[in-house]
Amino acid sequence: MTSTTYTLTHDNLNALLRALVAAGKQLHAPQRVGPKVFFKPVNDAATIVFDYVQTAESPKSLLFPKAEFLVSYRQNSEGMVVTDHLQKEIPEMILFGSRPCDAAALSRFVQFFADGHADAMVTQRRRALTIISMSCIASDPACFCTSCGSSPGDTTGSDLLLTPISNGRYLVDVVTEKGQSLVAANEALFEQAPTIVKDSYLATVEAVFTPEEITKRLATSFNDPIWKNASLRCIGCGACAYVCPTCSCFTIEDEGNDRTGDRLRCWDSCAFALFTVHTTGHNPRPTQTERWRQRVMHKFSYLPETNHFLGCVGCGRCSRACPADMNLKEQIIAIAELLPAIG
Amino acid sequence: MQSLQHKAAELLGSNRASVVIGYAEGSDGRVRPHFARTNDDAKALVWDQRCKQNLAVYLTKHEIKEMGPAAIIASPAVVRTIVQMASEQQFVRSFPITLVVDNDQVTELNDGPSLEAFATSHPVLFPSHVTKEVEDLAAMSVADRFAFWQEEFSRCFKCYACRSACPLCYCTKCITESNQPQWVTVAPHALGNFEWHLNRAMHLAGRCIQCGSCTLACPAGIPIALLTIEASNIVQREFGYQPGIKADAPAALSSFRVEDKEAFIR
Amino acid sequence: MENTYKPYLMRIERAIDEAPGVKTFRLAFANDDDRARFSFKTGQFGEYSVFGEGESTFCIASSPTRDGYIECTFRQAGRVTSALARKEEGDTIGFRGPYGNIFPIEAWTGKNLLFVAGGIALPPLRSVIWNALDLRSNFKDITVLYGARSVADLVYKQELDEWGKRSDMKLVTTVDPGGETADWKGSVGFVPAVLEKMAPSPENTIAIVCGPPVMIKYTFPVLEKFNFTPDQIFTTLENRMKCGVGKCGRCTVGPVYVCKDGPVFTYRQLQSLPAEY
Repeated sequence: MTSTTYTLTHDNLNALLRALVAAGKQLHAPQRVGPKVFFKPVNDAATIVFDYVQTAESPKSLLFPKAEFLVSYRQNSEGMVVTDHLQKEIPEMILFGSRPCDAAALSRFVQFFADGHADAMVTQRRRALTIISMSCIASDPACFCTSCGSSPGDTTGSDLLLTPISNGRYLVDVVTEKGQSLVAANEALFEQAPTIVKDSYLATVEAVFTPEEITKRLATSFNDPIWKNASLRCIGCGACAYVCPTCSCFTIEDEGNDRTGDRLRCWDSCAFALFTVHTTGHNPRPTQTERWRQRVMHKFSYLPETNHFLGCVGCGRCSRACPADMNLKEQIIAIAELLPAIG
Repeated sequence: MQSLQHKAAELLGSNRASVVIGYAEGSDGRVRPHFARTNDDAKALVWDQRCKQNLAVYLTKHEIKEMGPAAIIASPAVVRTIVQMASEQQFVRSFPITLVVDNDQVTELNDGPSLEAFATSHPVLFPSHVTKEVEDLAAMSVADRFAFWQEEFSRCFKCYACRSACPLCYCTKCITESNQPQWVTVAPHALGNFEWHLNRAMHLAGRCIQCGSCTLACPAGIPIALLTIEASNIVQREFGYQPGIKADAPAALSSFRVEDKEAFIR
Repeated sequence: MENTYKPYLMRIERAIDEAPGVKTFRLAFANDDDRARFSFKTGQFGEYSVFGEGESTFCIASSPTRDGYIECTFRQAGRVTSALARKEEGDTIGFRGPYGNIFPIEAWTGKNLLFVAGGIALPPLRSVIWNALDLRSNFKDITVLYGARSVADLVYKQELDEWGKRSDMKLVTTVDPGGETADWKGSVGFVPAVLEKMAPSPENTIAIVCGPPVMIKYTFPVLEKFNFTPDQIFTTLENRMKCGVGKCGRCTVGPVYVCKDGPVFTYRQLQSLPAEY
């Protein structure tokens, strides 16, 4: 329903953010920590920053906390009692300043957890979350959203999308009913927009491959030497997976003793050697070569096949974060340039 | 740069090395680890101020080891790492061929004494802000310091880039990967993060050669090197032991001398 | 919506020592409502948990034709199975499931069934074997070949005795050379070699194979030699799992999740997958 548009001045945007904090909403917005920018809970709207290309960490933790209680258990005189954390109310959350690629990623993330055996926790958190994204007027060389089905002004997944236009104003795309009700509740701050073409204000991100050609190439490149060569410098940490807005692998761990404690799920990564290792010591993915291949195949081949979306939105975080400069965009381009398998 | 590329080509050509571990141009103005195995590969080698991540981490990586004898282009920090690894018996047969570059002059360091001499004559040089941060932290009250680390660790999600980027974190099974018993809580919440970082700092106390690769690697921007730098400073102050200087020195925290002030072991 | 991760509470009704380090638990639902709404089919698995230690994945080793309880058989190896092994009759553990696909036993009506199992991999087949025996008239010949490293390592010894005595099925047991005892009456030899001597006919037959990777590797070619097609051969995979429902990402083999697309696969399906299991 990308139909209604408004404009908003920068002052009114600040007023809106202040009003949301004052109303006791849990607002998460980009804030600077050293040289990096992170989504953090906002106590004072003045700490929100606007001059960043991309945050270091994705906003996925709002839907999928890095450590989340699944159940708690307690032994009483009657026996073991297991309680469910689902019953606890999730506070209303607002994500401000996510990029269009982030919002697109979160919509795929929600889709993944809803497909098949639906995940109640992620679904519940998305329901409690309103996403106000900010279009990109700048990009950096790690960005490749336009190759992954998103773009600097993509409204997918956002409830509201703001685009900075001239004179310190923002064009407001109202994408969902949730976005509409947020506007309605703060109507005085918004102005009806004249017809504005937002494209001219957006960053240019050149498309460097098409997902279809990559998926096709990958179908015949499982045993290509490219994986070993590409993964040699990979040091096997989980930085790429943990900053990624679509990576969703997790582990389940107990904390406590046999009488009382909790069962949690925590982020995990296919880059770790122990991720797939069997109790017998057998490891189906014994070296970083197989693990790096898994990461790329999962995003660009398996997810398109099984869930009908690409597991990457081209946000570039993994490339920026990688201590060994494993640049995903460059590696995907290299795959696109692979010759088709003979025979 | 050229003399380095020539030297690498020469080592590969004479089969003294099957791989030269160095740096090449990376993406967007960065450099990246590069494994030269041919003449052409050697032409891509670069060496400048951007080459900060400690390359010695690859000396224990399976895929690199199976290539055969390695040469490594070494910063002073990498030389200290190799000396420290040697003191921990990490090189069974011989040292890697260690190449140090000074004014486009390439020198081979192939034995303990020459590595030690280089390490001794090239002391640790921190950027001034790091020295100040270490001092500032040491001057804080315990409560303030605790609050500082609590805030920093709140961003840790346990991707273990700090561990993976550290050449002295070479354990084949990390303490975090052992669950019988579960020494370190798995979850990246406040307690689990403190447990991990304190274990890491203690395990590297007196072993950290202060290269700063852990901080550089951290995607959450946590200045974790400050912990191991200070831990190594304390060990030096208390035991007179500096890691990465003597290839045959017994480790400060896992050896005993009669004159040690702690009496419990006597 | 329900929380997938909330386990049923199960009381250990019986604990049986099967072999060194291997135990079977018969588990009954602590809560009658849970018992009433629970059902499963042969081939499915679950997540068994010891509170404070964690969850571990194994199949349901009993047959769905036996109502009111489930059984599991496990080898004490890691943290959770070690904690499970310390549990006794009357203790409570957690269980969630059933998960995964099934052996298409209904489609096998009127066919011969050939079961080939090795070591601790008999439990998933035991579920199908009892399921087939309890519906005996639905099938033609039922043959079970089961091998282990040594006589002591054979699991379900009582049931093996019972199967050996039945006239409506054929049981062949074997132990690896050197694993026999003085009074051992079964075969001596590796499972694939014993299978080859049996010269199984592929005619109207389904082969269900489960065992350690090395046994599987040498058993499939024997079946192919006797002209079994890849569609006639079924197996179950055991990759490491956490969630059991296709989310945690751990058990994937190419685009396939062992937990939700498996654990039961035909040999033909395996041929199209990378060997990441």
